[in-house]
Amino acid sequence: MTILGNSGLVLNEKLLFEHSDPGRKGYSLPKLDVPEAALPAELCRDEIAGFPELSEVDVVRHFTRLSTWNYGVDSGFYPLGSCTMKYNPKVNEIAARLPGLADLHPATPPHLAQGILELMDKLQTSLAEVSGFARVTLQPAAGAHGELAGMLVIRAWHEARNSTRSKVLIPDTAHGTNPATATLAGYDVVPIASEGILTLEEVESHMDDDVAALMVTNPNTLGLFESNIEEICKLVHARGGLVYCDGANLNALMGIARPGDMGIDVMHFNLHKTFSTPHGGGGPGAGPVGVTEELIPYLPGPGVERVGDEYRFETDNAESIGRLLAFHGNVGIMVRAYSYIRSMGGAGLKHASEMAVLNANYIRARLEGVYELPYKNRSLHEVIFSDKDLEGGCHTLDVAKRLIDYGYHPPTIYFPLVVKGAIMIEPTETESPDVLDEFCDAMIAIAGEARDNPDLLLKAPMRSKVRRLDETTAARKPRLKWEGSE
Amino acid sequence: MEFPEELKYTEEHEWVMIEEDLAVVGITDFAQDALGDVVFVELPEVGTAVEAGKAFGVVESVKAVSDVYAPLTGTIEEVNDDLIDAPEIINTSPYEDGWMVKIRMAEASDADELMDAEAYQALIAEES
Repeated sequence: MTILGNSGLVLNEKLLFEHSDPGRKGYSLPKLDVPEAALPAELCRDEIAGFPELSEVDVVRHFTRLSTWNYGVDSGFYPLGSCTMKYNPKVNEIAARLPGLADLHPATPPHLAQGILELMDKLQTSLAEVSGFARVTLQPAAGAHGELAGMLVIRAWHEARNSTRSKVLIPDTAHGTNPATATLAGYDVVPIASEGILTLEEVESHMDDDVAALMVTNPNTLGLFESNIEEICKLVHARGGLVYCDGANLNALMGIARPGDMGIDVMHFNLHKTFSTPHGGGGPGAGPVGVTEELIPYLPGPGVERVGDEYRFETDNAESIGRLLAFHGNVGIMVRAYSYIRSMGGAGLKHASEMAVLNANYIRARLEGVYELPYKNRSLHEVIFSDKDLEGGCHTLDVAKRLIDYGYHPPTIYFPLVVKGAIMIEPTETESPDVLDEFCDAMIAIAGEARDNPDLLLKAPMRSKVRRLDETTAARKPRLKWEGSE
Repeated sequence: MEFPEELKYTEEHEWVMIEEDLAVVGITDFAQDALGDVVFVELPEVGTAVEAGKAFGVVESVKAVSDVYAPLTGTIEEVNDDLIDAPEIINTSPYEDGWMVKIRMAEASDADELMDAEAYQALIAEES
């Protein structure tokens, strides 16, 4: 087996403050060729305490060394479940860096920004086509922001009907952010326990005249398709509620099934997951929201619209929930997503979803029996194992740490909460059979190590630059800033 | 793992010790072990009304954030402030120093609904 993990020459690096040497600098100014004039004395100070003084090479080495500590989808397999860490094609970066797009000021008048407005309009249309919704807003800045936009739209719809419903139903297989979103939108959360997938009976038993909406994730966080979704949507609608879908797992469905066709009323997209824009390290992301015809008036605004041959911002939106951002969303991410959609084409997107599902099922088939598979239903784009069958007193955390030694970013662990010791693997369509096999070989080897030599897991990682971190102390007593040399 | 005979237990892995009309509440050894190192605890204010089955507090570990549910209906009489600065007490002493709140019970007979140590051990054997 090829083990990618290694302990090559990874250099230590101090903080910039610790490199500082008084008088060192990384700039040289040209000779003064105008009369010297003093700055107002009250604006000047003698020194800036603690300001690092460095040369150009100090700074370049500092950041270059730090960059070698990074692990991203460009360096290796990144099977972080629920996050869709697919490869981000470089053509998207080229498009986003075109000066006409990258250098455009957000306050540019629409008649001088027709190109980007056309792109936004076409992206909205493309996303609506993929998802089966009547209209899409691009404004929300990330997934949870999109959820909030969607739930506020639902709230506005109810208020327009003088409905004061106060509850939102959320199954335990929904994304972790959903309860927080519903609460932030002013609703009381009613959790529903599910047996893998949500049943009509479960929803029916919780459904009453005080339920504003059901929030589901489809496919859900167990990687399972909510196959009762159509009947569930009909039931919720019949009882006067709406259905929100967390679209974070849309990578399983593109070109195959459309949430809008299932009866979903509102869904957010994660452009940074499904549509291949970079994420991790804090984004930025983009969380567009699609809605049915009936909910269009409440979307955040202003959106982009086409009138004749001209693109402009909508003006007639009296019922809108209002702006969610000062400008128009994370436009650079929209450019990348549009570039991805156009370079893939409809057939390409469908193929991507098919391969994402195939890859997850390949991993499932190779690891079933080695790791416990708590839910036997057919997986879609991700597969969840548990540590139940692991020997040697080892747990999920130890497997994750040992995977680092083998050269892989660990999968999502201990989520979803409905699986004890969950190991949530989402390979995406990016990976070749070779990579999947190497990863599965590593997972199988680790299960063997747990049995024969558990210390290899319990003390992992051993090849990384730092060994196992004390997460407890880091959480309880975090050191968040430099406090001077000791 | 220990499950003292004199305590009552809930399906949500809380333990309850009945002292006349007061119920002392914490999380079980099984719960602290499953959570891993506890890094943060959020407890209600004294005087807060709590309802059986509804969340009254939060425990955050390195793995997850979990609600803690009130085993009984009543009013918070006392909270264990030591847990705010030293939440790890829940890991080291779940049944004694790691108690979380004392609830003045609205209806003392509610305690009869709770599980005994034997029933709780049967429950966790099924779950794990």
